[in-house]
This record gives sequence, structure tokens and C-alpha cells, in this order.
Amino acid sequence: MSASVLFDAPGPKARMRHRILTGVAALLLLGVAALVVMRMADRGQLEYALWEPFVTTSYVQFILEGLVSTLQMAALSILFAVVFGAVFGIGKLSEITVVRWVSWLVVEFFRAVPVLLLMVFLFVAYALGDGPLSSFWCVVIALTLYNGSVLAEVLRAGINAVPTGQTEAAYAIGLRRSQVVWLIQLPQAVRTMLPALISQCVVALKDTSLGYYILAPGLTAVARPIYQEFGNHVPTAIVITALYIIVNLILTGFATWLEKRLSRARKATVVDDLSDSTNTAGPAV
Amino acid sequence: MEAIFSDPMVYLKGFGLTIGLLLVSAVGSLVLGTLLAAARVGPIWVLSKAATIYVSVFRNTPLLMIFIFVAIAMPRLGITFKSIEQVEIAGWNVSSFFFRACLALSLYTAAFVCEAIRSGINAVPLGQAEAARAIGMTFGQNMRLVVLPQALRAVVPPLASVIIALAKNTSVAAAFGMMEATATMRGITNRNGDQVLEIFFLVALGYVLIVEVISFSSYALERRWKAARR
Repeated sequence: MSASVLFDAPGPKARMRHRILTGVAALLLLGVAALVVMRMADRGQLEYALWEPFVTTSYVQFILEGLVSTLQMAALSILFAVVFGAVFGIGKLSEITVVRWVSWLVVEFFRAVPVLLLMVFLFVAYALGDGPLSSFWCVVIALTLYNGSVLAEVLRAGINAVPTGQTEAAYAIGLRRSQVVWLIQLPQAVRTMLPALISQCVVALKDTSLGYYILAPGLTAVARPIYQEFGNHVPTAIVITALYIIVNLILTGFATWLEKRLSRARKATVVDDLSDSTNTAGPAV
Repeated sequence: MEAIFSDPMVYLKGFGLTIGLLLVSAVGSLVLGTLLAAARVGPIWVLSKAATIYVSVFRNTPLLMIFIFVAIAMPRLGITFKSIEQVEIAGWNVSSFFFRACLALSLYTAAFVCEAIRSGINAVPLGQAEAARAIGMTFGQNMRLVVLPQALRAVVPPLASVIIALAKNTSVAAAFGMMEATATMRGITNRNGDQVLEIFFLVALGYVLIVEVISFSSYALERRWKAARR
């Protein structure tokens, strides 16, 4: 138990009290868990027939196909979002006023609008009827616009966190503005924003599930035909959620590892930490 | 444009429901999130582990899956919240759809509220509490005068971004039978296929307005407290 601002180191009496409360809390939590399981058994949701599809090859394949299209949508949108974010993040720092204002407007707009609203708009405007887009691409584009705007903010903060001495030194040895951005500021900013980028992948992955509303493929979309066929709503929801959590935990674990590694590498050159709310992947001290 | 201005009540009703969802789930998630944060930083080992698991499960689950749990899976277990429709508050009846949407939003957002509050508490340097003890403050004085005021200040910006995310997330309720702003837009565009872009911008503007109000209040609060510190 680490020291805390909230309470003193417990004495013998307090330790006793904590032990008793621990026991009581454990019993309560176990009781709740038991209630849930009993309720499920009561309603017949634990019967093997309802769980059978998840060990049947053809259905497992069907679910994995959903997982693959979810991963595809997430990966494509993050890929495009990095480009979008780079363009508008640098645009926000441009010396040309018009470029700066346009970038600001675009980023603020797409950050404030719900992703689902963007998806519905793209779906209704460009996919319904004989539109050129499939709902898959509606999801990818909507996620690109949203995540790209968030990444633009992250990149801008990352560039601002690069010490001014770096920029000044670069100008002093005669580099042009574009060279300063590309050779000096961006490489350092990218290093500080990498963990934030990965936690944004988790956000994108979670948001692909919104495609459910516009009939896009994906992990959430495969749930419906399964529970409609077997009537196993509860087991399906549990299995699909578990898949999402596993993939996301792998990504979060990777982000934490990367952050630790980078902060070790960065010790020589101290760069101010990105205290941005988007950067939540790392362990809070 | 005419699509909305010919019948502005539909548009306003949609945003009324969005704001209703936002307010009720904001209160719900703040209460639940504070309890979780208390459990998480508290000395009871089991509770802090349970809160940690809750946070990592709900943070990594898509909101839509939580909606599926609450709106599709739970009725299968006989939990429909139909009894809530009997309750009448000042002549208003709460539909079980509304209640379920708020429940899903609160459960999801509580995990983020817990993280925001915990980070605020962690932002208070340990030396502050130690110094307070050293000059003989009691535990209550220490909390009231030293730790909590600083933690509260540090909590405002992350909490505001959590609430902004919540405001945008209310749109997910559209997929589960609530005629809030996003579902309203879909309804209006179905009847007016030629004005999709205008309708989208008007609805988006409503969301931008809500988000700006929240972020402006957070900014004002931050500034006021900053001034009070001097």
C-alpha cells in the first residue's frame, strides 16, 4: 500500500477495521455475482444449447469475420486520421492566417459533432439508394474525421511541447520554416504523441460498433443474426463484449509499455509531459 | 432549410430529449463515478480491486454493447424496468426506454468520471497532506482545507471533457428507440432527401452549441478558482 494524501498509515485498530470491512465487501460482491449467475440459470441462459454456437466452427468463423472487419475499419480510419491530423495539426500552426482559421474551424467542428451523427449523415447522403459509398466506408470516413481532429489537437500540443530552443537553433543554422517543421519539430512531437495515438486506436475500435445503426459490418453487427437465430441474447452479448475487451486491453497494454519505454529513452532530454486529457493510456502516478 | 423551419418543434423536441438524457446521465454518472473513485483510492483492498476491474471493463467496452446489454440482454433476464413507468414526477412519466438509455450512459460514463476524479486526487502532492498533518490539523481539517480544494480544482478540466463526451454519446440512444437529435435528423432526412446537408448542419450546430456551453462553463470555473487562489 503506497502512501496516500487521503489517510494516515493505519494503526492496529484501523487495520483490524479494514480487515473486517474487506471481508464484508468481499461477501457483498460475491453475493451480487451469485445473484447474477442464479438469475441467468433461472432464465435458462446458462444452458449449453445457447452457448453452443460459440464453439461451433461455422459460427466462430462468422464472428471472426466480424472481428476482422471491425479491425479493418479501425485500422483504415486510424491510418487516414493520422494523415488528416498531420495536415490540420500543422495547419493550425501555420503562419498564414486563413490556413490557421480554416484548420481551427474544421478541427473544432468535427471534435464537437457526435460520430454517430456524422455516420448517419454520410449514410443518408451518400449510401442510401444508389450512393457511391458502402456503409463500411461511411464508418471509416466518419471515424477518420473525428479521430483525425483529435489527433490534430494532440499533434499541435506535441509540437508546442518541443522546447523553443530546438526551433531557434534550427532557424539559427539557416533552416527554412518547412525544414524546421519536418526535420526538427515533427520527429520530436511524434515521439511524445505515440501513446496518445494508440489510445486513440482504442477509441476508434470502440466507435466502429456505432456502424450497427447504419447496417455496417463488424463485431456488433454479427451479434444480431446470432441472437435472432438462437434466442441467446445474454451469451452473445457476453462473448462479443469479451472480444472487444480483449483486443482493447492488448492495445492499452501496448500503449503503456511504449510510454514506459519512451519515457526511459527521453530521460536525457526532458520534454514537458503532454498533460492532455486524451492521453489517458498511461498509468497515473 | 424549410424542412426544419416548417416544423421547428420536431427539431427542438429532439434536442430537448438529448439535453434530458445528458442531464440525467450526468448526475447518475457523477454519483456512481464518485463512489467508484472513493472505493478505488480507499484502503479496502477488495473494493479498490473491484472498482479497478469495473473501470477497465467499462472503458474498453463500446457504449453500444452496453446499450445492447441493458436494452436487449437484460429484458431476457426479466429486468425490464417497466415498474419505473408507474412512477410519476410532477406529472411527467418516465418511459422505460429513457430510463434504460440513462442507465447505459451512466454505467459507461461512470468509469471515466472515476478516472478523472482519481487523477485529480493524485494531482495533490503528498507533501501538502504531510505538511497539514505536521502543523497539527485533524483529518477533517486536512481534507476540507488542504486536499479536497486542490483536488477539486484539478478535477474540473478532465471532468468537463468527460461530460462533453457524454453529451455526444447521448446520440447512441438513437439506435435504441429514443427520438433524440440524431434520430430526429434521420427521420427528417427520410422525408426530405434533397436537403440532407442543410439538415445535418443545423443538427450539428445544436451539438456544437451544447459542447461549447459545457467547455465555456468549465473554463469560467477554472478561471474563477484560479483567481481565488491568489
